[in-house]
Amino acid sequence: MSEQQAHATTGTYLRVAAILVMITLIEVGVFYVPAFQSALVPVLLVLSAIKFALVVMFYMHLKFDNRFFTFLFGGPLLLGLFVVVSLLFIFYGSVRLRTGM
Amino acid sequence: MKYDTDTHAVAVAHGHATFMGLDSRKMAFWAFIGSECLLFGSLISTYLVYKGRSLVGPYPHEILNIPFTSFSTFDLLMSSLAMVLALAAVQRGDMKQGKLWLFVTAFLGLIFLGGQVWEFSHFYHEGLGLTTNLFGSTFYVLTGTHGAHVTVGVIWLLTLWVQALRGKLGPANAMTVEITGLYWHFVDVVWIIIFTVVYLIQ
Repeated sequence: MSEQQAHATTGTYLRVAAILVMITLIEVGVFYVPAFQSALVPVLLVLSAIKFALVVMFYMHLKFDNRFFTFLFGGPLLLGLFVVVSLLFIFYGSVRLRTGM
Repeated sequence: MKYDTDTHAVAVAHGHATFMGLDSRKMAFWAFIGSECLLFGSLISTYLVYKGRSLVGPYPHEILNIPFTSFSTFDLLMSSLAMVLALAAVQRGDMKQGKLWLFVTAFLGLIFLGGQVWEFSHFYHEGLGLTTNLFGSTFYVLTGTHGAHVTVGVIWLLTLWVQALRGKLGPANAMTVEITGLYWHFVDVVWIIIFTVVYLIQ
């Protein structure tokens, strides 16, 4: 069972919303800045993961709720991520073999 | 009050407690959200696997409108904020605020849907149909499935809002609002990924 923590307050919700908006602005900014083009994909994926985690932890209350809910959500999420990465490796691996690139 | 204590007390009071002391409705809903991760995982995989494989245009960089979609993303993030504020208000018995924030959430969801309808019709007039190329097929299926989820969420929220207007929603059934919120926030996190993978990483 999870340790029991206090609810998030309205102030916390507003702070999280402000951070989410700021990260979105950074994402769009990075997209338009030519200097970031070489590192665009990893930067965007990290920023997106931070936004995802903030919503799940604070708005969906997983940070404060029972750990079993984290397991119910996190298990299929990791499985889904594994499927995505595996399919990309399988597909692009086979393309590379066919084209010899 | 603590979060676990709250949910356990509500579960017992409504006869929905499991042997773990957790609310069975909430547990079932988290399992459903887990299954949704696999659904969207498969759709995102399909989009990524066929990315850059279209033989004819329009191609993503020619048609995707980043400023417009950024506004839609902002709109959906704000709807998530309105949803947690609605839940907090219902939990403390402030139904005036609860009704207001439930309506704001549904309204922001409707704005998002309006934006998606505009975007789809604009793309169609630009020559991108469902069967035009691989980008069109995977894009419409992925974003359309997400849009269908938003539509269900808006109908759900408006139903709750009407219940609240009729005085049938209060702190005693805050779990109903919490489960609606879980669905709505999940729709939001899926869009966070779609915005990055489809729109920003072209």
